[in-house]
Amino acid sequence: MTEIDYAALAREAGLPRVGARQDLPAYLKEMWQRRHFAIRLARYRIEGSLNQNRLGLAWVVLNPLLQAAVYGLIFGVIMPKSSREGINFIPFLVTGFFIFSFFSKSFSQGARAITGNTSLVRSLSFPRMLLPLAAVLRNIYELVPMMAVLSVILIGFGEYPTWTWLLVPVILAFMTMFNMGVALIAARLTVHVRDVTEIIPVITRLIFYTTGIFYSLEQVLADKPAWMLTLARLNPVHDFVELVRWAFMGGDTDMTQLAVIALIASVVTLIVGVFFFWTAEERYGRE
Amino acid sequence: MNEQRKPTIVVDDIHVQYKTFASGKAASDRRSLMQRQRGVRIVKAIKGVSFAAYEGESIGVIGHNGSGKSTLMRAIAGLQQPVKGAVYSASRPALLGVNAALINDLTGEKNVMLGGLALGMTPDEVASRREGIIEFSGIREFIDMPMKAYSSGMAARLRFSIAISRDHQILLVDEALAVGDKDFRAKSEQRIRELRQQAGTVFLVSHSMRSIMDTCTRVLWIDHGELKMDGDPKEVVRAYKKSK
Repeated sequence: MTEIDYAALAREAGLPRVGARQDLPAYLKEMWQRRHFAIRLARYRIEGSLNQNRLGLAWVVLNPLLQAAVYGLIFGVIMPKSSREGINFIPFLVTGFFIFSFFSKSFSQGARAITGNTSLVRSLSFPRMLLPLAAVLRNIYELVPMMAVLSVILIGFGEYPTWTWLLVPVILAFMTMFNMGVALIAARLTVHVRDVTEIIPVITRLIFYTTGIFYSLEQVLADKPAWMLTLARLNPVHDFVELVRWAFMGGDTDMTQLAVIALIASVVTLIVGVFFFWTAEERYGRE
Repeated sequence: MNEQRKPTIVVDDIHVQYKTFASGKAASDRRSLMQRQRGVRIVKAIKGVSFAAYEGESIGVIGHNGSGKSTLMRAIAGLQQPVKGAVYSASRPALLGVNAALINDLTGEKNVMLGGLALGMTPDEVASRREGIIEFSGIREFIDMPMKAYSSGMAARLRFSIAISRDHQILLVDEALAVGDKDFRAKSEQRIRELRQQAGTVFLVSHSMRSIMDTCTRVLWIDHGELKMDGDPKEVVRAYKKSK
């Protein structure tokens, strides 16, 4: 056989290149068509991880609740009362912890979404973005029973429902956008540099303490220079936690600044995340 | 000789490499941490393979372990991007590997749903094909048990049944026929023949020369990442056996 120009042969037959990255609208459209895969994957992952336990799905709520109890026990006794004056401590702590764990779990599971599913990525073709999104989706599913338990706790400690409770789903919707953006960025970074997995717990811990879960940042930083509080408020996780607390428990602080930062952060993070993840779509199976 | 026929896949001089970590002697090019990762070695799995496949062909791929057969299949399916060259295809080739991932903690039934969705079916389509898939796999009595309770043969049968439930224009089968008992093997070979008649193209990677001779119309012999021979099954298999 003589030399054949294979590229010309393909061109003549009108064959497109395999695995070429689609443009963003087409990519997002295919993702929408395949959404059921991500939804089922998220649900089955929860079932798969829990059906070995005797208490099964109850652990979705029990686990964060017990962790919040530990923090409440340790820091509720050690920390000076001045760090949370005039605050109904238990609902304050549990709300903060539940909202924070929605972020931290989306972050860590999102980061492992590609590297932890190598065999799936290597054997099936689907928009890779579905994997980190399924990780966030899984945490939304887990958030629903957590919110139900949270409302019981709130009522039990004398925080009765008000109209502002209706704002909680809206705030959480924006937080989901933020979490998705973070998960997508973390997922791609982990593929390039596996070391990122080691740093994520450290970053999460840092955000945990700068968010103010068992103390009020506003009160702790009250006698510090003003720029420190401003800096703390630039952390969107803090803003989301504070907004949900405000919606549930009321308060007289002005929320406009926090709401604006949270809104901008969610939109920007999601757009950056989608774009950042999509640009490397062809590279995910390789390493 | 193939001028009147329409090519379905064209593979144009592809090179595929893996980056991997090595230690000891293999990590001869050790560098400092700041420069790059230490001990990273580039494995050249495919070194310039070209061919064209046509409608209705059933192509066997043979070669020793580690010769690059599975990598070639992944590259054709678009799951592994070549560093050089390109693969062109009429429709997205579907790769059916023995290690296609399903969730082991879940029942066979739920894995059928998940696998079908992963292949791009809608939930309704999976539901309507569910019966056929379970029937073909022949493990109906175990379908409500978690997959980790399955034997490797049973799990492989279920995965194979899920993968072939959809009509693919181009199907890549990677050593899937080596699993399962005699009856199941006969059934899968029959199904592959059917798929081929639907004007599709089938690639079959196998170490079983018998199933290659039985199902294929053309054979590619891959050796150390290069295409060593391409042609009639009888000739290629004879040459391959002689080389051992």
